[in-house]
Amino acid sequence: MPIHNQGYRRYAGERMGRHGRWLVIARAGIIERLRERRFLALMLMAWLLFLVRAVQLYVGTTLVRASFFAPSDETFHSFLNQQRLFVFFITIYAGAGLIASDRQANALQLYLSKPITRHDYIGGKLATLATFLTVVTWVPAMVLLALQVLFSGSLEFVASHPRLVPAITITSVLQVTLASMTMLALSSLSRSRRFAAMLYALVAIFTGALERVLQTATGTAAWVLLSPQNTLLVVSDALFGIESEREIPVAVALIAIVMLLGICVVVLERRVRPVDVVA
Amino acid sequence: MNSPVVLENVTVNYGSHQALRDVSVAFPEGAVGLLGPNGAGKSTLIKALLGLLRPASGTMHVLGHDVAEAPLAVRARVGYMPENDTHIPGMNAVSFVAYCGELCGLPNADAMQRAHEVLFYVGLGEARYRNVETYSTGMKQRIKLAQALVHDPDLLLLDEPTNGMDPKGREEMLGLIRDIAGPISVILSSHVLPDVDFACDHVVVLHKGVVATHGPIAALKGDSARVFEVRVKGDETRFVEALREVGIESHGESGDVMRVFVPADRPAQLLFEVAARQGVQVRHLRASVPSLEEVFARALGD
Repeated sequence: MPIHNQGYRRYAGERMGRHGRWLVIARAGIIERLRERRFLALMLMAWLLFLVRAVQLYVGTTLVRASFFAPSDETFHSFLNQQRLFVFFITIYAGAGLIASDRQANALQLYLSKPITRHDYIGGKLATLATFLTVVTWVPAMVLLALQVLFSGSLEFVASHPRLVPAITITSVLQVTLASMTMLALSSLSRSRRFAAMLYALVAIFTGALERVLQTATGTAAWVLLSPQNTLLVVSDALFGIESEREIPVAVALIAIVMLLGICVVVLERRVRPVDVVA
Repeated sequence: MNSPVVLENVTVNYGSHQALRDVSVAFPEGAVGLLGPNGAGKSTLIKALLGLLRPASGTMHVLGHDVAEAPLAVRARVGYMPENDTHIPGMNAVSFVAYCGELCGLPNADAMQRAHEVLFYVGLGEARYRNVETYSTGMKQRIKLAQALVHDPDLLLLDEPTNGMDPKGREEMLGLIRDIAGPISVILSSHVLPDVDFACDHVVVLHKGVVATHGPIAALKGDSARVFEVRVKGDETRFVEALREVGIESHGESGDVMRVFVPADRPAQLLFEVAARQGVQVRHLRASVPSLEEVFARALGD
């Protein structure tokens, strides 16, 4: 009768190199989120506007009478602008618990006792959220552009609007990076994902409202810098070559965005640690 | 003998508080108990070995790597079971352990296979598809051991592994540690002396951030014939003083029976000679079986 050795057995397989550990974290985060039906429904809803725009493009490109539907820079600019609502909800849904839940479960010391760095950890978490946000911003915008080429049967539109691809790409990257970094930083401040979600909503909604009130009261356009989302709009307007409602220089808006990202990096640097030292 | 862990003059500070003070010690291969009362610096030492805490001074070598220079190389070969309750939220046991394996560099398929294997090994085979959040305290201790073992480390750092476990679970956990300590070096941090006595061959005793004593447990316990329970009639204080003058230590003088440690180079008859010189009657004398508690008490100066 064979006897099965129930003692400890050593692993004789291969081991991967150290690079790309953040991908393991990102993949696990993405898979975990995609298991939730509510989140899948939210992601599908985020593509509804794409369908409307696709129909609009088809009609505008193929029917002569419907030329008012013909695409322009403004079509893609307004599409990305409208997607901000879904960026907001997806950021809250998929991002609030990214670090807060790990802090609640004391998982940080577990992660950082493995052969990964804090940058791997933060990179993995950032990539998780950024992937979902890219899927509802840059991806549908670029697919819309591809559909326009397909419906018109030529590259004429793309050639005549050379700033479109870089504008879509840079606006999406800024939108995704700003939302992801802000959410991660806020998530690292708390052990509760609900609290982190509330903080993000407060930052996104309250700063926008405050900016409007102060701008109306004082007539100063610089108050736009209070709201990260509206500051991003100033840059986005410039990228698409559209006249902005807010009269502040693009460079100032860019500096404000970089400063906010810098604050997020500092917060993450201070909060993502394996050991909380209370001296 | 090779030492998987070597510390030289290591000092770790938490702000103005010194958690470890100029610690120099080499941990031998096999199972080593890291003993000490709460706040002695055991967990700090383990976290410093993993590179999670940076020492103010000193050097640490783990499995030949300098911790300050190559913390990732150290962590790749070390398994760590933390003291407190910890898990990755939202995962079942097998996904959690496989995920930890992947974080340590195991390929996806191997990590999953190894996770199943390790979960069966620690006794969670039947519960491996349950969410970790639903586990009992004992099961959480086992899964913490599983995640520390999944990548097959060369050194295992266990921080209070039997905390919160029932007697049967504790016995099983200690059995696992003894089994693992064959192929893998283990450092078992605990303040539960019987656990260390059962699972380890060597011990390092920390007290207030310094190494109070270290060595093989059997050697530290010493010859059973060298420890005596003694009760005397007469001036007990003078007797204890006189014993100390001839190099014999005693503890528990204020109680009825004192415990007297006679060094190996002194004859036991010296006890009677000292008693006769001090005019003290020896009313009770019995060879005591030394325990790790006594080693611990001696090291702490209790």
